[in-house]
Amino acid sequence: MLAPDKNLDDALRSRGITRRQLVKFCSAMLGTLALPERYLAQTVAAVTKARKPVLVWLQFQDCTGCSESMLRSSHPDVADVVLDLLSWEYHEVIMAGAGDAANKVLDRVSKEEKGKYIVVVEGAIPMAEDGMYCTIGGRTAIDIARQVCGNAAATIAVGACAFDGGLVRSKPNPTGALGVHEAVPGIKVINMSGCPHNPVNTAAVLVHYLTFHDLPDVDQYNRPLFAYGRVIHDQCERRAHFDAGRFVTEWGDEGHRKGWCLYKMGCKGPEATFNCPIAQWNDHTSWPIRAGHGCIACASPRFWDHMSPFYERLPNVPGFGVDVSAGELGLGMVGAAVIGVTTHGLLRTIKPVPYPAPPASESTPTEEKKEN
Amino acid sequence: MARLVVDPVSRIEGHLRIEANLEGGKLTDAWSSGTMFRGIEMILQGRDPREAWIWAQRICGVCTMVHAIASVRAVEDALQIEVPENARLVRNLIAGAQMVQDHVIHFYHLHALDWVDVAAALKADPVKTSTLAQSISDCDKSSAKYFRGVQERVKGVVDSGQLSLFASGYWGHPAYILPPEVNLMAVAHYLEALAWQKDFIRIHAILGGKNPHPQSFLVGGMTTAMDPDEPAAVINPERIQMMRDLVRGAVKFVNDYYIPDVLAIAPFYKDWFTRGEGLGNFLCYGDYSSGDQTDPKTFLFPRGIVMGRDITKVLPVDPSKITESVAHSWYEYSGGDAKHPSVGETSPKYSGPKAPYDHLDVDAKYSWLKTPRYDGKPMEVGPLARMVVGYASGNKLIQDSVNGALKALNAPPAVLFSTLGRIAARALEAQLMARQLEGWVDQLDDNLAHGKTMIFNPVKWDPGSWPSSASGHGWHEAPRGALGHWVEISNKAIKNYQCVVPTTWNAGPRDAQGQRGAYEAALINTPVADPNRPLEILRTIHSFDPCIACAVHVIDAQGREYTIPRVA
Repeated sequence: MLAPDKNLDDALRSRGITRRQLVKFCSAMLGTLALPERYLAQTVAAVTKARKPVLVWLQFQDCTGCSESMLRSSHPDVADVVLDLLSWEYHEVIMAGAGDAANKVLDRVSKEEKGKYIVVVEGAIPMAEDGMYCTIGGRTAIDIARQVCGNAAATIAVGACAFDGGLVRSKPNPTGALGVHEAVPGIKVINMSGCPHNPVNTAAVLVHYLTFHDLPDVDQYNRPLFAYGRVIHDQCERRAHFDAGRFVTEWGDEGHRKGWCLYKMGCKGPEATFNCPIAQWNDHTSWPIRAGHGCIACASPRFWDHMSPFYERLPNVPGFGVDVSAGELGLGMVGAAVIGVTTHGLLRTIKPVPYPAPPASESTPTEEKKEN
Repeated sequence: MARLVVDPVSRIEGHLRIEANLEGGKLTDAWSSGTMFRGIEMILQGRDPREAWIWAQRICGVCTMVHAIASVRAVEDALQIEVPENARLVRNLIAGAQMVQDHVIHFYHLHALDWVDVAAALKADPVKTSTLAQSISDCDKSSAKYFRGVQERVKGVVDSGQLSLFASGYWGHPAYILPPEVNLMAVAHYLEALAWQKDFIRIHAILGGKNPHPQSFLVGGMTTAMDPDEPAAVINPERIQMMRDLVRGAVKFVNDYYIPDVLAIAPFYKDWFTRGEGLGNFLCYGDYSSGDQTDPKTFLFPRGIVMGRDITKVLPVDPSKITESVAHSWYEYSGGDAKHPSVGETSPKYSGPKAPYDHLDVDAKYSWLKTPRYDGKPMEVGPLARMVVGYASGNKLIQDSVNGALKALNAPPAVLFSTLGRIAARALEAQLMARQLEGWVDQLDDNLAHGKTMIFNPVKWDPGSWPSSASGHGWHEAPRGALGHWVEISNKAIKNYQCVVPTTWNAGPRDAQGQRGAYEAALINTPVADPNRPLEILRTIHSFDPCIACAVHVIDAQGREYTIPRVA
């Protein structure tokens, strides 16, 4: 446990939080990140630094669902994140200022905090029509993204749209929408896919960054392995029913009432990686399969086009085993097309990733091979 | 004359720009522009209508689920599917909970900072604040110690020099006139509301797996399977109890915080009972059925139209009189100007200034929003429209609620037609809705106990049972007002899809006749004390609770696949 520290106590008092709350929060974050308790002291020290790191949150072609999701954060409490953990200086949906006063914040941060601040991006970036499908303060989204992400220490892309263009990019992609790492190549970015992102994971990435000055280990889509490294089907509470061959065959039938497997109703859980069943949503209250609906693989690349029709059962879905590929499932082998649900056992071979490797290693995002 | 520009209008959903002319200290004209476009209706074409709701729901993540409910209703209307009673109750619960939570967030987190000076809260006396809080409410947290703690937290943030979200506010603006103690109380309740909203919305997680974007709608019902004896069922006695606790908490929060705070703050800003009226025309589709969803007589909020403030007359709503025009929107029509949504057509064509730009050419096209009209007239939709139409319809629940508030404020009904009127209407509606939630949980519980567990109508699930073509519309009274989806199905796929959304009604640009939309009209004559800090513009625009992502949409555009530029 932590030794008493007078400076820490003073720092906490000024922020109106107790030491117990802080330790509890840091422990929860370590749990999400799958980090051992021995990092606790380092984490506590990092999140109570006198000068809080600056964060700006940009919204482009979005629905604000990822902002709302962040507002639902329970551990840590959203007020703790926004007021105490970071200096959250720009976020259109909740910031006090508007118009010029708001635009000046972005300019100031990208100059004065150059190379030090974190930027969160929500929403896709339209590239067609010279970017005129999204403007803020008379400037295009791509212009703002180049400036603000280009000068940041790191970019966190939250939600499907910022990850790979999401719904906005699905066929026929009327606005030429792209994810942030495609629209602004060369920046340091971590992708928190999902529709919306899960704030538990995003908070954990923020804490990891504050503690280790680096982003956690990622997969080939620059998504943190702690959140996207395991297949939903393998973590599903209904898995035993799948193994026993007990399936829902009609909405509202006996199997549906008893919580049987939704595979035959179009569930994409066997083909999706996310910690949704474990992290769950809204203070660990539930998740979509618990609510009786199949998974739509909302954290998977290009899921809108690749995983729909959503009520078609796997493998009668265009993306199954082809576009999504073995790499997406973390198997690192070609020929995933042969994996049917009968060989789901293979999916469990994904290895836990040893990290972090102190001292924090360079984690430059690899250039993604463009799939198209 | 000065041209004021507010872009971005923050503390709203989406990307909104306001340009306005200031002359002699007052706004003489105003233009409202939506500056973001995605093309979701176009993306929907060719897809399975049974999953349209999953896509349409992503139109908005703030009023999440409102587009889901409008979408399933549109498809159910097209395919003539009747929905079981339990599904209606669950939909009412999800939508009603959304309304209460959304209104609370709007008041405290999107709107309050237009009226509450956070910096001034530091000057408050916590003892006096406690006395004030206890005089207006029975809420648990009202001791001087509690308010001192909040004040210290704010002071900690201010002293650190890192003001976070509050860094860019117009603090010290002369239009902030609350006493320090009211400011402190409001700041404390800003934080309480932040904590409450995420707790309460767990009801969406129970009934939909998550919020935002709950995932339990079906064309024909809901996925929330019910079973009184099954722990794995989505709705069982344990989950009913959880919902009952959450709903009671909502009633308490609205009664102990939201209503008293609105009534405490409003009297200091009486000028705003005569400002920001706008059109005086109100449209309400009506919703929240107690029986047959297709029968408006069963609605909690009556369907109707009130024109020119005349509450002695409620006109019926004729769906065929709804049109959208693109005279000032960045789209093209193949012919004519105003089109009914069922035959709506649009091709996006940006013709505004090249970025970066200082001003829009407001004589030409200037927004990604289209211009909805009813019988050629601009209309206001939203909580105020629901209260005005309900009041004029003689709805006892709504009349009692409105009359009670007017009595507390010692004000005549005319004050409703104003910026503060919208705020009051929203609060009253939240109170009214919170009480309804309790009833719907009880009914669900009753059905569960009596073994009435049907939640889905399977008759038309198989697309093989559909006609070769069908069309329909689905309406919903969303938190921000009248929402409609129109769908055309052909060969088991979506041929055409269109949404006419509350914020499109309110925030749309002028029509071909030059008639202003609700935002534009509401800003006329608003005094602005400091052109560099146009707080007054935010007050009136925020009173509508803008949701711009919802408001911008398109159909029938020419499909273009965009190619990713190669990374060097």
